[in-house]
Amino acid sequence: MDLGIQNVSKAFGATAALRDVSLSIETGELVALLGPSGSGKTTLLRLIAGLETPSAGAVFFGDEEASRRSVQERQVGFVFQHYALFRHMTVLENVAFGLTIRPRHSRPSKQEIERRALDLISLVQLSGLEGRYPQQLSGGQRQRVALARAMAIEPKVLLLDEPFGALDAQVRKDLRHWLLEIHERTHYTTLFVTHDQEEALELANRVVVMNEGQIVQIGTPDEVYDHPAVPFVHRFIGESSELPVRVENGQIWFDDCPTGLASDRAGSGLLFFRPHQVEIAPEGSRCLAARVIGSRRLAGTRRLELSVGQSNRHVEIDVPLEHPVAQKQVVFFRPKVWTLFPTGDKEQARPETVGAKLVFPRSAAGGTLRHYEPSVS
Amino acid sequence: MTDHAIMLRSALTETPTVQRWLIAVALLFLAFFLFLPLFAVFSEAFRNGVGAWWEAIIEPDALAAIRLTLLVAAISVPLNMVFGIAAAWAIAKFEFRGKAFLITLIDLPFSVSPVISGLVYVLLFGSGSLLGPWLKSYGIEILFAVPGIVLATIFVTFPFVARELIPVMQDQGTSDEEAALSLGASGWQTFRHVTLPNIRWGLLYGVLLCNARAMGEFGAVSVVSGHIRGLTDTMPLHIEILYNEYNFAAAFAVASLLVGLALVTLVLKTAIELRFAD
Repeated sequence: MDLGIQNVSKAFGATAALRDVSLSIETGELVALLGPSGSGKTTLLRLIAGLETPSAGAVFFGDEEASRRSVQERQVGFVFQHYALFRHMTVLENVAFGLTIRPRHSRPSKQEIERRALDLISLVQLSGLEGRYPQQLSGGQRQRVALARAMAIEPKVLLLDEPFGALDAQVRKDLRHWLLEIHERTHYTTLFVTHDQEEALELANRVVVMNEGQIVQIGTPDEVYDHPAVPFVHRFIGESSELPVRVENGQIWFDDCPTGLASDRAGSGLLFFRPHQVEIAPEGSRCLAARVIGSRRLAGTRRLELSVGQSNRHVEIDVPLEHPVAQKQVVFFRPKVWTLFPTGDKEQARPETVGAKLVFPRSAAGGTLRHYEPSVS
Repeated sequence: MTDHAIMLRSALTETPTVQRWLIAVALLFLAFFLFLPLFAVFSEAFRNGVGAWWEAIIEPDALAAIRLTLLVAAISVPLNMVFGIAAAWAIAKFEFRGKAFLITLIDLPFSVSPVISGLVYVLLFGSGSLLGPWLKSYGIEILFAVPGIVLATIFVTFPFVARELIPVMQDQGTSDEEAALSLGASGWQTFRHVTLPNIRWGLLYGVLLCNARAMGEFGAVSVVSGHIRGLTDTMPLHIEILYNEYNFAAAFAVASLLVGLALVTLVLKTAIELRFAD
């Protein structure tokens, strides 16, 4: 089922939780709503489910406007952050709930309900535990019961609110793979909310990045990671360092020193790059010079904390473990992949319209995307 | 005491001497103020043997008082249960204007003297009021009749269920209900299959306390009842009358029933608390 969100706003009293949000999702997509807490992502999910009503705008299920339909009529599978399993019911009763409470004329027979519930329990790999109560299950198992329960009503869309938020790191990883498998087998149109960018990048076909009640970028994991539309996205997804720079004569300058990076835009801007996308430059070439103020061992690389220029801007870069530069006081480097966001009049004049057209394309001479393997964070 | 023993003790633990003293003081207090009176009630009740006790219970006025007490409880407890659930639901699950005011109102019967609670109904329905004579012209007696006693009892006991349920419901939040709704359950189905089972122990606990108070209430009921023997006397009122007539054995016999009710309530309450604990 295609899903459309058209110019939706939502205010709680005086605070605006969502401001003019539009989004369309195609059948079978697995979409992540990614953003910091308070960015409105959960509100958007609850609006789609019908647990909240929009202050303005409309929600479409296919061609049909769903805004005026009740929660019950929308037939969405909603998985809550803390599972919301019915504690006085067994796993089987929980999964079967959506079918057993149907009015008699549309309710399957008792045997049929039990068969379907057991099928789902085996799909979520909990066969044998159908007689247990929620308290007797681990967090990961509860999460899977909640998903099976949501799928039992054959939902038009599956909505998951921070599905792995309350689980520990190892269980999260296992469940991610498992959720992908389930999605590949069932092809339910699925939306999940997360504040974990790694989760969003790994799972989703498309990532919707939200901030302060607005969608700031929609794109594939590659697009949002490699071509962030606004500085916020660069900061929020992946690790990033930023420097205030100025463009003159086709050259990017930082603190009155040429950086060796070329650009055809004039004016001031913010230069963003990621720690693992830099190269160590020979001394004397056009590059950034920095004092090493700290060195930390990450899983596969060494991370250097640097202080750049007279203004002592802090940035981070990754170098290979055995690289001699880690021993030095001063490092010369150059970003290999970078993004320049113009600052100044344009942005201040029209802060909402930060879109693709204001973005400088990444340098064509960026070379290979990854020189070092990115560290696991 | 050796240094070693001091090392083993945590900072918050008293020395064994202090512990023993504290326990002894608490037990002495309990014995004097609780166990002694309890013992006195039963010993007075059975002073003349079980036969005399039984005679006092099946005496027509005593039976009428027991019947009236049961009737009043049977009307007021279910009503307060419905009211308690509704109020707790509203307070725990919604945000609305005047919520703090509603919570204060629910506590009102706790903070007002029961005699005042009774007087309120005398002022409302008495012969000098507007409502009383008007209702009387239709043949409806409120004061010095069963309806007045029921009203006063409801007023005095209405905080029990709501007070018990509000924290339970606030603790549970609304996501269970939202889950049920998203799975297609109607409002009633959600209440019946999800909310009610979630609050059942708290509800039972509140109903027990409410019932104990409804049967035992003296002050408010005394003001509105009119003390008509065999008609508007509840058990506590009947006990007082018997006592004032120096009929101690009979007074304590009926009193032993109320004490028995209190003991049963205590046992059930403890059982429920144990159940809560899992």
